[in-house]
Amino acid sequence: MKLFKWEVMLVMASFLTFSLSSFAQETKKKEPKIYKEVSGNFKVDYRYFPEDGLYDGQHNEYFSMVFQPEIYLEWNKGKDILQFTGFGRIDQYDTKRTHADVRELYWQHIYKKWEVSVGVKKIFWGVTESNHVVDIINQSDALEGFDLEQKLGQPMVHASWSPKWGTLDFYAMTYFRQMKFPGPQGRLRPPFSVDQSRTTFEGNRDEYSPDLAVRWSNSMGIFDIGLSHFYGSSRAPLLETKDGVNFNTHYELINQSGLDLQASTGSMLWKGELIYRVSDRKSINAFTVGGEYTFSNIYKSGIDIGLMAEYNYDNRGIELISSMDDDFFFGTRFAFNDRQSTDFVGGVIIDRNNQSTRYVVEANRRIGDSWKFTIESSGFFNIAKSEFLYLLRNDSFIQFSLAKYF
Amino acid sequence: MKNLIRVSIGLAFSAAIFAFAPAQTGLEIAVKAEKADNGWVSSSNRLVMTLTNRNGQITIRQMHGYSLEVENEGDKSMTIFDTPRDVKGTASMTFTHKTGDDDQWLFLPAIDRVKRISSSNKSGPFMGSEFAFEDLSSQEVEKYTYKYISDESVNGQDCYKLERYPVSKTSGYKRNIVWYNKDNFRPEKVEFYDRKDALLKTLTYSKYNQYASEYWRANTMKMVNHQNGKETSLAFSDYQFGIDLVDSDFSQNALKRAK
Repeated sequence: MKLFKWEVMLVMASFLTFSLSSFAQETKKKEPKIYKEVSGNFKVDYRYFPEDGLYDGQHNEYFSMVFQPEIYLEWNKGKDILQFTGFGRIDQYDTKRTHADVRELYWQHIYKKWEVSVGVKKIFWGVTESNHVVDIINQSDALEGFDLEQKLGQPMVHASWSPKWGTLDFYAMTYFRQMKFPGPQGRLRPPFSVDQSRTTFEGNRDEYSPDLAVRWSNSMGIFDIGLSHFYGSSRAPLLETKDGVNFNTHYELINQSGLDLQASTGSMLWKGELIYRVSDRKSINAFTVGGEYTFSNIYKSGIDIGLMAEYNYDNRGIELISSMDDDFFFGTRFAFNDRQSTDFVGGVIIDRNNQSTRYVVEANRRIGDSWKFTIESSGFFNIAKSEFLYLLRNDSFIQFSLAKYF
Repeated sequence: MKNLIRVSIGLAFSAAIFAFAPAQTGLEIAVKAEKADNGWVSSSNRLVMTLTNRNGQITIRQMHGYSLEVENEGDKSMTIFDTPRDVKGTASMTFTHKTGDDDQWLFLPAIDRVKRISSSNKSGPFMGSEFAFEDLSSQEVEKYTYKYISDESVNGQDCYKLERYPVSKTSGYKRNIVWYNKDNFRPEKVEFYDRKDALLKTLTYSKYNQYASEYWRANTMKMVNHQNGKETSLAFSDYQFGIDLVDSDFSQNALKRAK
């Protein structure tokens, strides 16, 4: 009976943890055998497109809601970890953008210099700001933004070994995640629809064919360096069509080697990423190089201002969805370092040949202790007909978001 | 004539020695203070940071951290944010160096990225507080030059009063005045003077406890900014020493999984 009561209390306690943010903060003690943390956020987005859509069914205003719960369990003195991160969005009109995903759900065991994880993980490789050519483990969540910054969870076994000379990561992946595209009522989509059921893989590969990757990384004084190799299905789909109306995606079998390098010299961070990718169809080389200079604590105001400049090259040219084949990036970042953590980041990406320009600006500010307000705008100027982005040229938008963290 | 020269050389020497003495004594005290705190190897703690503005409004931040002592080099440390909730899981890792800039990385859980932080930002505020990054980083002897001023009593404790001058050109300070307790060489108070030599902030250490019957840690550090009227107090708790930490607990992997 006592046991039963204890269980009921546990359930109630976890419910309280879940619902009362203030309570959640107080429970952070590492002494219990199983340490547990529940957190996450709930967000409302309002997105406004000043220009009418180019395609039937598109709207000018969209409301949507996002829920991102997180559960973290730790036992065996922190040597065992279970991490869950969920994601769900409900969109007012776009039935495809209404989607859910398991971003992370893995068990990790730490033994001396080894870390082994089994489950769904998110892995990021790279250093540059405007483009991430080296990053390849996770498929992009293209429904969250055409900038492809958000990623879908990838099932894998991941082993990480940290000897004196850096860190070696080994990844064995299966269950390929396909890129998903917005529905007919969504914005930031091409005019045609992509039939997900007709996706093809190279040779006799399918979703369950294994992908393998290895990465060595190390920090040596002012340098952070990473060398990686990936073998498996390309994350970037090729769009195929027979009639010019119905499209399907095709995923090639690729080998991709990557290098990412960063040097920190005082206020300057130098960054570079480089890949070489081969498939039966084509050899690809792409790189991003540049840097970021930070003016910190300007006039003792506490404000930091960063200036960023990068150049992107990719021999895929106009075939690229991102259109970043020969493009400059200029950006700035303001961190006010105030108690509301106010920040602003903005940048433009300009094609060197045809001056097609795309911009992104974002400002964040905390309200009270657990709310966050974000204004974001993204859009296009002067997009040349040869660029893939020409299909999205009317889709500049401004978005207001309010998020509650718990 | 020869004698006269000898005497004047002798005088010049003694004057030089006399002039150098405060610098030597100052350095000696700083070295003793560092030695008194040597050998703690590893430690962890929890921290509540209370920000108070001019109108008395209060904002609270919670975090916890780990540090590892590195012999003949600066310490390695990690700080993980617990609140506010939107930055929960954000973690910073610092490798302090006796000479030159520290190495610093930040893990941002929202984008799953470890970012290198420009290491010359010493004078900027930490999390909107009155503490600058340089106030919180490991205080290595080599980061300053010193001058002994006098003996003085602070908070009822007999202290050595020193002046110290940051070596780094990117420091926000022209000089600090530090009071070290004569008994155990723990700091009792620091005054920070900005680049124009105006008094900027005063840091007071209180509620000292001795851990592992050796190492003194102030459970409260209060920073008052005289120029903007704001205050930040740090309340430390759950100090643990000799915990199971090794070099590989301060890697980018460890930073990513820090909770």
